Amino acid sequence: MQALGAIEAIAPSRWLSAFVSEFGLAASRPVEPDDQQLIAAVRRGDTSAFEPIVRKYQPRIFATARRYARRESEVEDIVQEVFLKAFQKLDSFRGDAPFEHWLMRLAVRTCYDFLRQHQRNRETAVADLTDDEEAWMERFATEPAGAETDADAARALVQRLLERLSPASRLVITLLEIEEKSVKEIAALTGWSVTAVKVRAFRARAEMRKFLRQMTPDKYL
Amino acid sequence: MRINLSQLERALLSAAKRVPPDERVPYAFEQRVMARLRERPAADSWAEWAAALWRAAVPCLGVAVALGVWAMGPGGLRGNEFSPDSDLETALYSVVDTTTESW
Repeated sequence: MQALGAIEAIAPSRWLSAFVSEFGLAASRPVEPDDQQLIAAVRRGDTSAFEPIVRKYQPRIFATARRYARRESEVEDIVQEVFLKAFQKLDSFRGDAPFEHWLMRLAVRTCYDFLRQHQRNRETAVADLTDDEEAWMERFATEPAGAETDADAARALVQRLLERLSPASRLVITLLEIEEKSVKEIAALTGWSVTAVKVRAFRARAEMRKFLRQMTPDKYL
Repeated sequence: MRINLSQLERALLSAAKRVPPDERVPYAFEQRVMARLRERPAADSWAEWAAALWRAAVPCLGVAVALGVWAMGPGGLRGNEFSPDSDLETALYSVVDTTTESW
């Protein structure tokens, strides 16, 4: 009755569309196939069914890849690699967990492989602080609570710090401290045991503190 | 003016947390991925089988070498007085010996 009352209150010209939306009769709109249907179609040999999957998940994969690669060309390579692997390994997706979880595991492992392949770049990450970074440090030294104003400089410092870490340490710090995932979640994403994640997290924190000390100008230590 | 490193670490990590990474996708990226998928050669089961055989060759060779070294060594098959062949020989000749004695 409430619904009918609401329809009467609407101008006559909009009555039909209101009726359709109120009673869920919007059946004329094509229903998009869900992940399971698309995956089944790809498995049957319909390669084009993979395109909606790529379209749906690519923003999330781009965001993940941007945590580990700085250059946009590298980010694109990582994302492309993730989807190519997903297509190749689609038969190994059992469907016990959501497809997104399976895809994110693949993405995190691909990012880790990328970090290991580009380990040499870590050496070049040692450079003097820029003027903005120095200014941020100065502000932080005088008033730690007020240093949140120039977040860009702080983020540049974090990026510099993360680039110096070993691949395993960088992955753990990113997942644990920045994305705030639990140890169990990290174990599931990386394929490491819970104990291995804890050990690597401990080492990563120590490594980060060491580099932070090196990065901080002597006058503040 | 000294900096507390733990405090600095917390401040930097919280700055990183505050801004989630960009989810921007380049124009028509999905089409690029699909083009890469389509240009991949179709799976050749013979090539996969040959690759699997090549991969298996190395461990098989390793096992063969290890067995060879063990067999030729002092604790191996050579010089073992209780080897199966000597047992068989003794058993066969014992019949002949018994027959000869009975004549």
